[in-house]
Amino acid sequence: MGEAIVITSGKGGVGKTTTTANLGTALALQNKKVCLVDTDIGLRNLDVVMGLENRIIYDIVDVVEERCKTKQALIKDKRFDCLHLLPAAQTSDKSAVTPERVKAIVDELKQDYDYVIIDCPAGIEQGYKNAVAGADKAIVVTTPEKASVRDADRIIGLLEQEELEPPKLVINRIRNHLMKNGEMLDVDEIVNVLSIDLLGIVIDDDAVIRGSNKGEPVAFTPDTKASIAYRNIARRILGESVPLMNLEEDPGLMTKVKKFFGMRA
Amino acid sequence: MTTNSQMVTIKGTRDGLTLRLNDQCSYDAILQELEEKLSVSGTDADQPMIRVTIQLGNRYLTDQQKNKLRDIVREKQKLVVEQIESDIITKEEALAWKENSEITPIVKTIRSGQVVQVTGDLLLLGDVNPGGKVIATGNIFVLGNLRGIAHAGYEGNAQTVIAASYMKPNQLRIAGQLSRAPDQDSDGVYIECGFIDEQVNVIRIAPLQEVIKLKPDLLSFERRMLNG
Repeated sequence: MGEAIVITSGKGGVGKTTTTANLGTALALQNKKVCLVDTDIGLRNLDVVMGLENRIIYDIVDVVEERCKTKQALIKDKRFDCLHLLPAAQTSDKSAVTPERVKAIVDELKQDYDYVIIDCPAGIEQGYKNAVAGADKAIVVTTPEKASVRDADRIIGLLEQEELEPPKLVINRIRNHLMKNGEMLDVDEIVNVLSIDLLGIVIDDDAVIRGSNKGEPVAFTPDTKASIAYRNIARRILGESVPLMNLEEDPGLMTKVKKFFGMRA
Repeated sequence: MTTNSQMVTIKGTRDGLTLRLNDQCSYDAILQELEEKLSVSGTDADQPMIRVTIQLGNRYLTDQQKNKLRDIVREKQKLVVEQIESDIITKEEALAWKENSEITPIVKTIRSGQVVQVTGDLLLLGDVNPGGKVIATGNIFVLGNLRGIAHAGYEGNAQTVIAASYMKPNQLRIAGQLSRAPDQDSDGVYIECGFIDEQVNVIRIAPLQEVIKLKPDLLSFERRMLNG
């Protein structure tokens, strides 16, 4: 039986859906059977980011209201046979499902998949409760901004009341130059305030936006910093120990040569 | 009951009069004797008011009974009851007193949106994050980072203090006073203590060693710790 991981953040727009799509892709690359579940009913995005929007026939509300079987609502990914998506409904709202029903669906999916990754809506109301109900573990996504760290803190407080393992942290959209100048919270500071384990850091990368517009998560392409970051996170979920990515830009050849001769770089 | 032995003993002291009431006879008997005794001698109108301390010994009186006692003393002479002392308190009062002087240790990170409230002193081993709140009727000691809100002396005790290993709070509140962090970003301070400075009547932050000199109540904290 697999495990269910909820991706949550409290605040909107920090990259929950992007993280869900990329972790799913990165885990599928490791030949794991993965099912993504979008619980953001009424504002579904995960299907768009995965590029599967056009293939939706049934959604999670149809499953809850027993208009179809769970398996019928699942959409197979374009690129991987082992990756599936259970899309959210766009026409209903968050009150269309209950935590108990979502838990039942997630428990059913856990029988067939190694990982069930649940994309949580922003906020701490009904939608959050639905998303967390079936989860065994939680990943909290934050950006290095005060507002999103506050909300992450709030969400961690709420998650601690659930019967979950202690949540893990992903810091998303790191802008290196701002962090270096001290104009953005740095990684140590965030981990210090939130005092939970850091699962990974992801650099703010144009390729992420390009990828989600194309419907192809960045983790699928091997050569960008963000994709390596997501793949590293997936490997850590699988239990490997992977060192944190070095945030420094690779110095060019000329800089190295100058440094060698003791000149100012 | 013998009427020979006095039920009310009146004693003059430097601070006024002390009325010692026998604690073995009935309440009514006391009132009666008190009334008789106080009616005996009249006093001059130009004499100043005399302060009276009433000692009840091992007798418990309700507030109503105490008020009756006060009224009797007041109406007879130029006397004003300053305090009524009793060796007895109710179980309820004792428990409240114990609770208010107890230290509650809590090991936890107080996160945004969470509120922890205790009666007595709070000893928190952990952080208070921004948006989190700790409230105590007594003092607050945070062995960790205080980044949220701390409210000491919640029920009005202005002698209480807030101390933290690292002090960078959103707000400090002591009794009815409030002080907030400056708008510009500032660095926090280590092992400092917030208290009400009575000279200017605002909340100030100073090293703990200085605050102990200003707040003698804190010394009783040591005793409380020892008593467990």
